[in-house]
Amino acid sequence: MPKDFGFGASSKRREDVRFLTGNGRYTDDINVYGQAYVHFLRSDVAHGTIKSINTERAAAHPAVLRIFTGADFASVGGLPCGWQVTDRFGEPMKEPAHPVLAQGKVRHVGDPIAAIVAESAAEARDAAEMIEVDIEELPAVIDMRAALDGGPLVHDDLETNLCYDWGFIEDNKDEVDAAIKKAPHVTRLDLTNNRLVPNAMEPRVAVGDYNSSNDESILYTTSQNPHVIRLLMGAFVLSIPEHKLRVVAPDVGGGFGSKIFHYAEEAFCTFAARELKRAVKWTASRSESFITDAHGRDHVTTIELALDHDGNFIAIRTSTLANMGAYLSTFSTSVPTWLHGTLMAGNYVTPLIYVNVKAVFTNTVPVDAYRGAGRPEATFQLERVIDKAARELGIDPIEIRRRNFIAKDQFPYATPVALEYDTGDYHATMDKLEEIADLKGFDNRLAQSKSKGKLRGLGLNCYIEACGLAPSNLVGQLGARAGLYESATLRVNATGSVTVMTGSHSHGQGHETTFPQVVSEMLGIAEDQINLQHGDTANTPMGMGTYGSRSIAVGGSAILRATEKIIAKAKKIAAHLMEASADDVEFSDGTFRVAGTDKEVAWADVCLAAYVPHNYPLTELEPGLEETAFYDPANFTYPAGAYACEVEVDPETGKVDICSFAAADDFGRIVNPMVVDGQVHGGIAQGIGQAMLESAIYDEDGQLLSGSYMDYAMPRADDLPSMVVDHSCQTPCTHNPLGVKGCGEAGAIGSPPAIVNAVIDALSRGGYSHVDHIDMPLSPHRVWEAIQT
Amino acid sequence: MYDFAVERPTNLDDASRLLAKDETQVIAGGQTLIPTMKSRLASPKTLVSLTGIDEIKGVSPSQGSVTIGAATRHVDVANETRTLYPALASLAANIGDPAVRNRGTIGGSLANNDPSACYPAAALAGDAEIKTQERSYSADDFFCGLFETALSEGEFITEIRFPIPDRASYQKFEQPASRFALVGVFVTQKSGQVRVAVTGASEEGVYRWKEAEQALSDDFRREAIADLIVPAEGKIVDIHGSAAYRAHLVKVLTGRAVDSAH
Ligand SMILES: Cc1cc2nc3c(=O)[nH]c(=O)nc-3n(C[C@H](O)[C@H](O)[C@H](O)COP(=O)(O)OP(=O)(O)OC[C@H]3O[C@@H](n4cnc5c(N)ncnc54)[C@H](O)[C@@H]3O)c2cc1C
Repeated sequence: MPKDFGFGASSKRREDVRFLTGNGRYTDDINVYGQAYVHFLRSDVAHGTIKSINTERAAAHPAVLRIFTGADFASVGGLPCGWQVTDRFGEPMKEPAHPVLAQGKVRHVGDPIAAIVAESAAEARDAAEMIEVDIEELPAVIDMRAALDGGPLVHDDLETNLCYDWGFIEDNKDEVDAAIKKAPHVTRLDLTNNRLVPNAMEPRVAVGDYNSSNDESILYTTSQNPHVIRLLMGAFVLSIPEHKLRVVAPDVGGGFGSKIFHYAEEAFCTFAARELKRAVKWTASRSESFITDAHGRDHVTTIELALDHDGNFIAIRTSTLANMGAYLSTFSTSVPTWLHGTLMAGNYVTPLIYVNVKAVFTNTVPVDAYRGAGRPEATFQLERVIDKAARELGIDPIEIRRRNFIAKDQFPYATPVALEYDTGDYHATMDKLEEIADLKGFDNRLAQSKSKGKLRGLGLNCYIEACGLAPSNLVGQLGARAGLYESATLRVNATGSVTVMTGSHSHGQGHETTFPQVVSEMLGIAEDQINLQHGDTANTPMGMGTYGSRSIAVGGSAILRATEKIIAKAKKIAAHLMEASADDVEFSDGTFRVAGTDKEVAWADVCLAAYVPHNYPLTELEPGLEETAFYDPANFTYPAGAYACEVEVDPETGKVDICSFAAADDFGRIVNPMVVDGQVHGGIAQGIGQAMLESAIYDEDGQLLSGSYMDYAMPRADDLPSMVVDHSCQTPCTHNPLGVKGCGEAGAIGSPPAIVNAVIDALSRGGYSHVDHIDMPLSPHRVWEAIQT
Repeated sequence: MYDFAVERPTNLDDASRLLAKDETQVIAGGQTLIPTMKSRLASPKTLVSLTGIDEIKGVSPSQGSVTIGAATRHVDVANETRTLYPALASLAANIGDPAVRNRGTIGGSLANNDPSACYPAAALAGDAEIKTQERSYSADDFFCGLFETALSEGEFITEIRFPIPDRASYQKFEQPASRFALVGVFVTQKSGQVRVAVTGASEEGVYRWKEAEQALSDDFRREAIADLIVPAEGKIVDIHGSAAYRAHLVKVLTGRAVDSAH
């Protein structure tokens, strides 16, 4: 029987009422009395020296309040990078300055040169056109190999474009090299993980406000983690202590990683509001989003998989160039390293693995985490090379994977790349996939496609992700400059309703529905008696926000812990009311009972007693019922699954149609199956976007050619097949109290290789077996070209 | 966007008079012009809207042809030519999205002559007559390269007359992002004569593929063009397709248009 409330119920997303009726309150809906507007004058060249900026005419514009340039920020800190990577030789990464407004040089198209604050956005833009900027253009470096090969320096003071050369695990390198050298079979693949523009539906917005009466700054911003922004901006950029700085991230229309990071515009608006004693607002145009939101992916990789004659994996060696863009965005450096190298074992037993990553500066927009962050890149290489190896060795692609799976009885399983998987059952998800994807019926469908002149293909892959980020002491050792716990405060109100305050942030995930489900289950009270408050540093405990599929695993566990504290205290109050010992009090379905008696007291009466403590053990117990918990996970969580995709290729035009997509995931225990379905659907849609359509393409001068929707192809409804998603295979997480693993990124991680594998399979079956790889996106043109050669 | 004024004349004379002034520009559906103004790439002082002039709106069939007012929206062309001229109707029905079709007009599309737009192919293959307040052009004389037409300053399209062919088909291969035509081919056959117009492919804009016209006039089957070679030279190259790919698509789509013409 499906439940209709609490843990496991498909409760309808309560936040959708306001979203769907146009009543969401996004940052751009916030207008502060007397606010001014800022327009950023941005570089239209990728690389150049700023010779002069003449703002005289613009400053005389009657609506202009003030024009800021890099000089105004000379004494202000730069934007910090949140993760220090140590290279193969024990040296720290190269870390360039990242000024709020360009100083001396511009380093990518979109780099802000000046900020014009005026009475209206249009007048600020008019004035921007009156600024004369003299930039001496320098040759730009866009290609990563050229950047390492003596290309122009993005940061002259670093004397290199190499941010770091990372080896993982460096001590294993020689052994891996030797194993590959003598292996009976080595499959090698060169591939690119295409650069993506995040394209959240809501462009970024920032409103800085300043209250001179108490010297408080307030920043309203489109962020996935307001506390992190407060910490980074307050401590590293503007030197505003936390008690004088409030950051509010109200409804946020999608982030996908791009709204984790601390951006220059946030610091600017906060700074300018203090300077001008007026609120300052910035709303990105869509064109601006393309050239200022941190991009995703952009890895160029060679992977080698060594196997024995039976297809058993012996060793993996990878070598990757990872584009950092022109500056280090907040978590950019961790993505190709700790979120990528550690995943190279996948779902398999591979005794030896070595990963090398060179992070490279180029004259492009900074690159950082994007849904999946490092894990899609790892999964893509691994699952593509396995498919290629299967083809070379003549082994069925399912069989080769099953042969190498970590078996159920091997958990907990320590990989050679530093992770310990707690639970999993990869044969079970593969069994489930074979069923839901109706693999038995494939031959029939193949024949039908053939009769229409189409090539049909089937692609499969597995994935594992490490999410629920993350144990703070571990990531601290790995270079993180922040902790990764999460927090929750439960405020039980006098009449028994509950306000949950979380440091997580919901920007589409449905937390306002699912988090109360956890509390409802534990307290036995109706979900509508519980609401969730998030997104404002003034009324939520310090928390690290939402990314890395961490919110239910880490934030949900904090809520569980806080609820446990509430129950423990409430039992003491109930014991007093029932004149019993707290040890004898049991609590279930919203009622406290003394074991073995008919004494009972209802939840609401206990709550009332806590706040109207007339009959209350005041000498032993404080009144009130409010508890806070911080939860720091003991390990990552390891969702895993198996995906299948079927495609039809039109050999005349190269056009690919995705006919079906099936996903069998193991997310551990599930709080709300409907919300999980939605997360997987969205993730797969994003994966289809990456695999089929999306690509941020720069020309050699550093102009973004796909800089608008005329050229950057986003997936639309008719690009998507109907999807079958199943999450009935459940091996609960063993180290968090909810047994949950997280589901937010799985679809985006697991789907691209299935699609590419399917297209290669179709071509191979159709007589084009010389095509062993096509780089994403698989546009008609690329597929057609691959067939031609 | 810069500041501008809008005039909404209700008859052709007023429109002509307003457009004779300096720094004026016609606006129809605004689907091309408004985005250009928003990105500050165009800055007309006065826009003269055609959408209030009833006599240049609507679809009217007459003997052997159909006349469409220049200010007729794509959605109306799609609905009202469905039985009369199905190839034209399906072209209109597949332009952009509903929001674009509910505003964008045939006149705006032809006047704009975007090298990837659909209507120019229909006009050229369909041997349409394009009328302005001053004169009338054959489609062959109207299109003069990328975004260029024979229209002079202040001149605007009032209506377009399409002879109804015996058979026709429009095959559009969509550019993945914009969904304009990466290549589009419109084929008509009337009294044995075939016309083939290609959009999206050439650096010189919409054009007639004359060799194919001849071959198909002799033998209206896909096989008739099998031996023809479409040169890659002069074809558009961009991130969505090479010149060779576009040349290839011209032939494939022409074949498909022949197969599906009705
Ligand atoms: C998202 C999107 C998708 C699109 N997809 C397609 C597509 O798939 N295929 C396609 O063909 N088109 C497509 N278009 C373009 C669309 O068809 C436009 O509506 C059309 O090109 C312009 O028509 P309009 O009435 O909006 O013209 P406007 O934008 O009002 O004007 C365009 C230009 O034509 C001039 N003009 C307008 N009317 C006249 C007239 N009667 N006489 C002289 N000059 C005139 C204007 O001065 C201006 O220079 C798309 C547009 C958008 C925004």
